[in-house]
Amino acid sequence: MRPELIKEVTYVPYSGNMAAAEAMRQINPDVVAAYPITPQTELMQCFADFVANGLVDSEYIPVESEHSAMSACVGAAAAGSRAMTATAGPGLAYMWEVLGIASGMRLPIVMTVVNRALSAPINIHGDQSDMMGARDQGWIMLFSENAEEQYDNLIQVIRIAEDERTRLPVMIGMDGFVISHAIERVRLLPDKAVEEFVGELKPMYSLLDVDNPVAHGAVAMTDSYMEFKRQQREAMMNAYKVIREVGKAFEEAFGKKYEHIEAYKTEDADYILVVTGSAAGTAKYVVDKLREEKGIKVGIIKIRTFRPFPYYDVMDAIEASNCKAIGILDRAETFGGASGPLFEEVATAQHLRRKYYPMTGFIYGLGGRDTNVHHIEEAIDKVMKLAAGEEVPLVNYLNLKE
Amino acid sequence: MIKGWKELPIGGVIIEPGSSEKYDTGEWRAWRPVFDSSKCVHCMMCWIFCPDSSILVKEEKMVGIDYDHCKGCGICAHECPTNALEMKPEYLFREED
Repeated sequence: MRPELIKEVTYVPYSGNMAAAEAMRQINPDVVAAYPITPQTELMQCFADFVANGLVDSEYIPVESEHSAMSACVGAAAAGSRAMTATAGPGLAYMWEVLGIASGMRLPIVMTVVNRALSAPINIHGDQSDMMGARDQGWIMLFSENAEEQYDNLIQVIRIAEDERTRLPVMIGMDGFVISHAIERVRLLPDKAVEEFVGELKPMYSLLDVDNPVAHGAVAMTDSYMEFKRQQREAMMNAYKVIREVGKAFEEAFGKKYEHIEAYKTEDADYILVVTGSAAGTAKYVVDKLREEKGIKVGIIKIRTFRPFPYYDVMDAIEASNCKAIGILDRAETFGGASGPLFEEVATAQHLRRKYYPMTGFIYGLGGRDTNVHHIEEAIDKVMKLAAGEEVPLVNYLNLKE
Repeated sequence: MIKGWKELPIGGVIIEPGSSEKYDTGEWRAWRPVFDSSKCVHCMMCWIFCPDSSILVKEEKMVGIDYDHCKGCGICAHECPTNALEMKPEYLFREED
């Protein structure tokens, strides 16, 4: 019997890593396999403390690589247990092969990705290139704006992953160091309430169910492989609904609303910035400042769900505003693409509605490059120029040394 | 016949035991081992080496080949000391089947 540590809603000064570890303690997964990598190390260190002190029942497997960490999770999840892990940057890249196995085998593994740049040159700082690189591996992908969202998201995604309509693995990204290592105010929920919200895992096709023997990881030849991929697309479409339902259930239980996107002051906005991750917080501050000081009507669309991408939610928010031009902030490069990966999604969203707004992309914060209030203001300035009919390049860089 | 995407169990899980027996891997074959029983001494070398358990044996005697599962690798013909097995191109036979 593990002790109940948090009996009522508590506010604490926590880093993103500590908040994520705390959520994992409350979820109490059956198996956690992990390899330490900056900036994720602190997360697993905290969780290892919980294991050592008997605060969780989890089987903790310290493996020798991320490839093994994900492999151990695949085995554990196939056996019918609740498996979790966490990684960052090159660690996620090292998992690449097994990411597709986890989603292809439809195993509801949950993983925190502390977003970090990819080499070379080697860089340990915040950047979303890692998750964008794993974009098409069939995982549900969420991004958190701050430590509390990471905590709340982790609690929600257990239900999203394990829902019978989805049964897909989920990765939740939080920006390296900016969220993972910065201390902020975090609302922790009571242990009992989290346990109740998360519920019991009802395994499908468990290897340990000896009365109903099954084989996992079989071969599928040309005559059936495509059908399994089609199933995965269906599961992703279902996830779109399930994420919304779980977000609603979370609001009913804990009073905080989570949707696919967060439209911040877009209703009357002339200019809209689309952003994901921690920069959304800075952008919201800039919006308030510009509205108050200069009367410039700017709004922010924060993307929480990146896969399945909420095309309709984004367009609903844009169409409901007075939008004259859109700026898209990308914390990852798409070398040779039109602009960043998020830019391409928003362009697709417009195409789906046959509604086209002037659009420009901003690449920012690569390898932990600072993106402050002034840089966001600079971006809004460019979007305003675009709305006024001036020519603005498709790709702009924020805080780049020219 | 393999089911459509709505009927298949998710994740490629196999829920029915022994389903591989129903899978005609012999369809892949480009070369076919042809058995000449008059040359066979029943040494069972083909049976030992066959990776697909496709050598049919009855009462300790080699009696033929399971063409539904033989992939035509040719190991049996290679190992046969009396040349009782000969590899012939598959197109010579497909019409008859």
